[in-house]
This record gives sequence, C-alpha cells and structure tokens, in this order.
Amino acid sequence: MGDVFKALADPTRRTILDELTARDGQTLFEICGRLTTNHGLTSSRQAVSQHLDVLERAGLVETRREGRYKFHHINTDPLEPIIERWLRRRTTCGSD
Amino acid sequence: MAEEEDDVRIRLTSVLVDDQDRALRFYTEILGFEKKHDVPLGEDRWLTVVSPDDPDGVELLLEPSGHPAAKPFKDALVADGIPFTQFAVDDVRKEYDRLRDLGVRFTQEPTTMGQTTTAVLDDTCGNLIQLAHQS
Repeated sequence: MGDVFKALADPTRRTILDELTARDGQTLFEICGRLTTNHGLTSSRQAVSQHLDVLERAGLVETRREGRYKFHHINTDPLEPIIERWLRRRTTCGSD
Repeated sequence: MAEEEDDVRIRLTSVLVDDQDRALRFYTEILGFEKKHDVPLGEDRWLTVVSPDDPDGVELLLEPSGHPAAKPFKDALVADGIPFTQFAVDDVRKEYDRLRDLGVRFTQEPTTMGQTTTAVLDDTCGNLIQLAHQS
C-alpha cells in the first residue's frame, strides 16, 4: 500500500490519473498534450515518463503494447484496500 | 533588406516512408492528396504529393527511410505515440469517421485541447500523423 500512497502524493501523477479516467488507453504523447493544454503543466516528456513508471510500479497504471504502439491504462485495483480498510468499515459502523 | 524573391519559403516538406509504393497509395487513395512528381532517382523515386485544393502549393516528399538511423528513430516516435508531422483538415471528427471507415488505425481519437482539435493516425509507412483544426 505504501507504493500507492507515494504514487498518489504527487499532484502531477494524480492529474495523469484524472486524464486516464477521462479517456483510458493513451499514448505518452497524448498524456503529455493533455497535461500541457488542460492543466498548464510544463513537465518534460521524460519527467512524465518517469511519473508513469512510478504509477506503474504502484500498479495504478498498466501499459499495453499493441503492435508498435504503447498505451497506458488506469488500474484502480490497488485503491480497493483503502476502501476496505477505512471507508467500508466506517460505513459498517455507521449502520450499526 | 531582403527583396521579396529572396524570402525563404517552404515549398517542400517530407515524411520518411518505409515503402514508396505503399506510401503513394495511402497518401493519395486514403488521405486524398494528389501525385505531383514521380521521377526515378537512383534506386528510388523523387515522389511528391500535393493537396488537391492547392496543386501549386507545398509539396510533400515521400522520402525513402533507407538510412540505418531512420528505423530506430521512427520506431521510438511511434512507440510513444509522437506524430512525425501534422496536416490540417476542416473538421477532425469528420475526417476521423471517414478514415476509420477506410480502415485507418488511430492511436489518438479526436480530442479537443484548448482551441485545437487533434487526432493521430498511422500512415502504414512507419509514421504517426496528426490531423488538426482550430476552432
């Protein structure tokens, strides 16, 4: 779970996940374009690539090679334990 | 200082294509350019296309990508989804629908960012090409 929180601690990485929620399955080029034009972020392509590596190591982003292209997909599975640990439990308590 | 005839102008631009025959088919039959020059030149051809709206305008040279550095360069751009160049259209969404019906593969569906709408397609000759219009 530590990797997930570390990955989410950075605002640019959270914004990348926002944009992958808006459209899942993007090339590095599209992600960079969206960060620049939709959010005014000026991270270099290399910096964005490194952010994606962190997200991928945390399991929040998966890459898919399709032929010669590489697409990035969001994976929210690593967020489930957070819900299980705090949110669902609170809901259960509240319903007692 | 410079006389008008001395001004630098863009008359020709180029894409590096894996196969000139296939490129000519894609750029004319699919994208809709017209062939302008097709002249044998050594092992290859001096092969250019133009926009049908502007036959005397900028020519696009379909240049063979035979240099050993070309393939790794092109492959790396394609893997990251980076277009080699950009063409203008009146309406990206309309052109996207038309081209997709013709079997063209897009790596980025039409997306509006600010004033610009873009999409990115595969030219089947080793390049990604961006289509764009300004709103």
